Amino acid sequence: MSVSQAVLQLFQGVLAVAVAPLVLGWLNQCRAWLQNRRAPSLLQPYRVLIKLLRKEMVLATNASWLFRLAPYVVFACMVLAGAIVPLVATDLPFARAADVIALVGLFALARVFMALAAMDVGTAFGSLGSRREMLIAALAEPALLMVFFTPALISHSTALTTIVDQFSNGALQIHPSMAFAAVAFVMVLLAENARIPVDNPSTHLELTMVHEAMILEYSGRHLALMDWAHALKLTVYMGIGIALFLPWGMAHPQNWLELPLALAALGVKLALAGAGLALLETLAAKMRIFKVPEFLGMAFMLAVLGMLVHFLVET
Amino acid sequence: MTELLLILCLPLAGAAVLGLRGERTWAAEANAAFSLVTFLAAVALAARVVGQGPLVLLSELFFVDALNVFLVTLTAFVGFTTSLFSRVYMRVEQQLGRLTGMRLRLYHGMYQMFMFTMLVALLTNNVGILWVAMEAATLATVLLVSLYRTPASIEAAWKYFILCGVGIAQALFGTILLYLAAERVLGAGGSALLWTHLHEVKDQLEPTVLGIAFVFLLVGYGTKVGLVPLHNWLPDAHAEGPTPISAVLSGLLLNVALYAVVRNKVLVDAALGSPLPGYLMMGFGLLSVLVAAFFLFRQKDVKRLFAYSSIEHMGIAAFAFGMGGPVAAFGGLLHMTAHSLTKSAIFFAVGHAAQKTGTQNMDEIRGLVHVSPAVGWGLMVGGIAILGIPPFGVFASEFVILTTAMRDHPWAAPILLIGLGVAFASVFSRLQAMVFGDTTAKRLPHPPALLPVFVHLALVLMLGLYMPPYLAAWYRQAAAMLG
Amino acid sequence: MSSPFVGQVIDLLAALMLLIAFAMLAQRRLLRLIHLFALQGAVLTLNTMVVAVTLVQSHLWFSVALNLVLKVIVLPMILIRVVNRLGLRRDAESVGNLPFIMLVAVVLVILSFNVALPISRLAGTITRGTLGIAMASMLIAFLMMITRRKAVAQVVGFLAMENALFFAATSATYGMPMVVELGIALDVLVGTFIFGIFFFQIRETFDSLDTRSLERLGGRE
Repeated sequence: MSVSQAVLQLFQGVLAVAVAPLVLGWLNQCRAWLQNRRAPSLLQPYRVLIKLLRKEMVLATNASWLFRLAPYVVFACMVLAGAIVPLVATDLPFARAADVIALVGLFALARVFMALAAMDVGTAFGSLGSRREMLIAALAEPALLMVFFTPALISHSTALTTIVDQFSNGALQIHPSMAFAAVAFVMVLLAENARIPVDNPSTHLELTMVHEAMILEYSGRHLALMDWAHALKLTVYMGIGIALFLPWGMAHPQNWLELPLALAALGVKLALAGAGLALLETLAAKMRIFKVPEFLGMAFMLAVLGMLVHFLVET
Repeated sequence: MTELLLILCLPLAGAAVLGLRGERTWAAEANAAFSLVTFLAAVALAARVVGQGPLVLLSELFFVDALNVFLVTLTAFVGFTTSLFSRVYMRVEQQLGRLTGMRLRLYHGMYQMFMFTMLVALLTNNVGILWVAMEAATLATVLLVSLYRTPASIEAAWKYFILCGVGIAQALFGTILLYLAAERVLGAGGSALLWTHLHEVKDQLEPTVLGIAFVFLLVGYGTKVGLVPLHNWLPDAHAEGPTPISAVLSGLLLNVALYAVVRNKVLVDAALGSPLPGYLMMGFGLLSVLVAAFFLFRQKDVKRLFAYSSIEHMGIAAFAFGMGGPVAAFGGLLHMTAHSLTKSAIFFAVGHAAQKTGTQNMDEIRGLVHVSPAVGWGLMVGGIAILGIPPFGVFASEFVILTTAMRDHPWAAPILLIGLGVAFASVFSRLQAMVFGDTTAKRLPHPPALLPVFVHLALVLMLGLYMPPYLAAWYRQAAAMLG
Repeated sequence: MSSPFVGQVIDLLAALMLLIAFAMLAQRRLLRLIHLFALQGAVLTLNTMVVAVTLVQSHLWFSVALNLVLKVIVLPMILIRVVNRLGLRRDAESVGNLPFIMLVAVVLVILSFNVALPISRLAGTITRGTLGIAMASMLIAFLMMITRRKAVAQVVGFLAMENALFFAATSATYGMPMVVELGIALDVLVGTFIFGIFFFQIRETFDSLDTRSLERLGGRE
């Protein structure tokens, strides 16, 4: 590992952590515009995080070490994910770990801790939330794996960096199967990040909430970490989506001059992705929780179909 | 050339005139007149083709040979006689208040339109246009099936429309595949769908593609033929529409759809060089005969009864064409003719009977001979003819088909016989009660139009007893085409 | 334009066709269904355009115009008018067991790919895989017609089926001869009008556009 590589790696990790609340802020702003509301400031998520970090922490009397540990584990998982997913460059020393299957595992680890912590205090909402979360996860994970398999089949590798390298450097080739994978990926993204139509991040309605129910008992620093991790997860998902479906504009190895360009490209792509997501969330209506399996079943089906199309059309 | 133009333009002109003025009192006569001239032109065309051999006309758009000119004549003839029947029948319907002027206009316009699509389907040289005309035939008749606007008739029409629409879409896919194969031999452009060109290169066409294409074509056009299990629309459409429409659906549309299958089979047979398409048709045919025969047993509605009988007879014809060979094809063609004439005659008689009694329920139709000897005897003789009792033409054709089956495919003959036996038992008992049962009904107030019934039955009788040599030569020519 | 690139574009459009077919299968809202149908027509038009540009086939431009006018503008407009006039704008229907239907659809896709495989090998055109996709779209549209109860949805399925057939014709054979295409277009247009007439007849008679009310004859064979 050369020094330059290490610097680049550190830079990307910090970038991901720093930019995540901004992405969330942008998304909220777009949604507000689309819904004819006055938008909150782009920096609002930062302000919330700062406020929460300053606040006093209240812990339930029967909270165990698990409850206190979970925010750190979740946050660490997301930071790691943000560092290894190729956002601006593929030539990252840790990027070898960015195997798509490993990534799915990393997300699963964070989720398990979150769900356990939610049940730890023993409130009704916590266990309700984690149960729903596990239901969604059990269906979303296989769909996500299936989504990953199509690009993996095309590039003969499950390493995200290799996939990106192949897609961005080879001759322009259109893969119809990726259209299916992309639609399925967006559906999984919505489900995994607690967006409408699967979950609504901006309400605390006990009948429907999933993610919010799980972090209901957290406050202060812990809540800040959970929220930050949540924003990071969304950013990382967008990053994966960009890497898989719009990989052009990444910096090549050893080419520092391309970095500003790559940064600009990432900015544009994240902004577009955020706006698109906001549009989707505005158009869709929140679905009832028992419709979620159907929704994710369709995502799974589409991903399988993408693989089929790959086998039958592109080989 | 002149004859062809007349055959095509007259129904079209008739559709235009009657579509605009079809509610007038003279409309029924005009309908009959248009049909008569069309029929005369068809006879002239037939005479020329039999004398001079096949013709290719209008920059290869139309093609006339012994096979289709025979069906053209039959179609024009039945179209003409049905228009005579419909003249009386529809007038009574109007007096009974079941039809308004607007609907009568629709009926007359669409009747001619239907004739036009049938004739185009038969005469065209382009298998793509064949498809277009078949679809247009559905479109022309679908509003006629729902003419009475009763819930049952609308349901029947919807079923007819959707099922035939879906079916015919499969046929289009088959046609596309056929074009795909033809294009490789004949080059892109118009000529690759022309039957005459396809016929010349039929053994060079890609067998795999044509095999798959034939499955789609058979399923597609087979839906319109009414082959089991694609027959669901047929009984409803026959039972709920006006009786003249039941007569032309049974007597003409099914024939033309079968013609479409057979035309395509000639190409596929040569390309594949295997008996597979024939076996497929035989399978569908036998299944139709058996299933229809058993369903005959359960019918209560007289028009549904004869609709199922149509399915059965189309099954026999499909089976005959499936066997292949000049003798079987001869039997098939004869069967198509005999069935077409007999079945339309039966529907004429049934139409009068149902109009008289005001019901289509067989349990309520009794003693027709007392009410109107002509209708009663017409139905009885027609029924006997359609059940294949000698000396009628249906017997002759069934005899030819059965003996060929015994020689070439002995396993199929018993199945066929069982089907015919069951059909006989179930139709004959009903027929007897309807014609000779006791009744208190009064005599028919309207003089029925029975000339068409007896002309048809006389022709069928003639086909059974004596076949004029030129007619036999004509059949043989057509059968050789298919052989 | 380079041939492999065009092939990929057509493959992509084919995949979009299939994707829209799936979306239609899952779409419950009538109005959205019609929008999807128009979108499918647009994809079809685009595909025809790509083929026309690449092969300099002038007769295909007629098909492009025909598709654009008929499938993207006229037919959806007629359907939307009908839906408005019948007051079905907010209509949605239950679509049975959706995951199961989807599974059946996937099986249909596999089936049609298998059937089309030997044909695709022979097709000399740049678009080998598309025939299977066209066939799959056709069968999925068919499946949609079977699973729907509302008359309008059935008709949309019917028209989607026609779209798939047209797609097969353009991508596998570079379009049927002009006469045939015109004839088919005429049939489809007349057919849609007749469907329109039917909707009113059905509603007038049954007070509903649910074809379940059309099952009286079903019991009798």
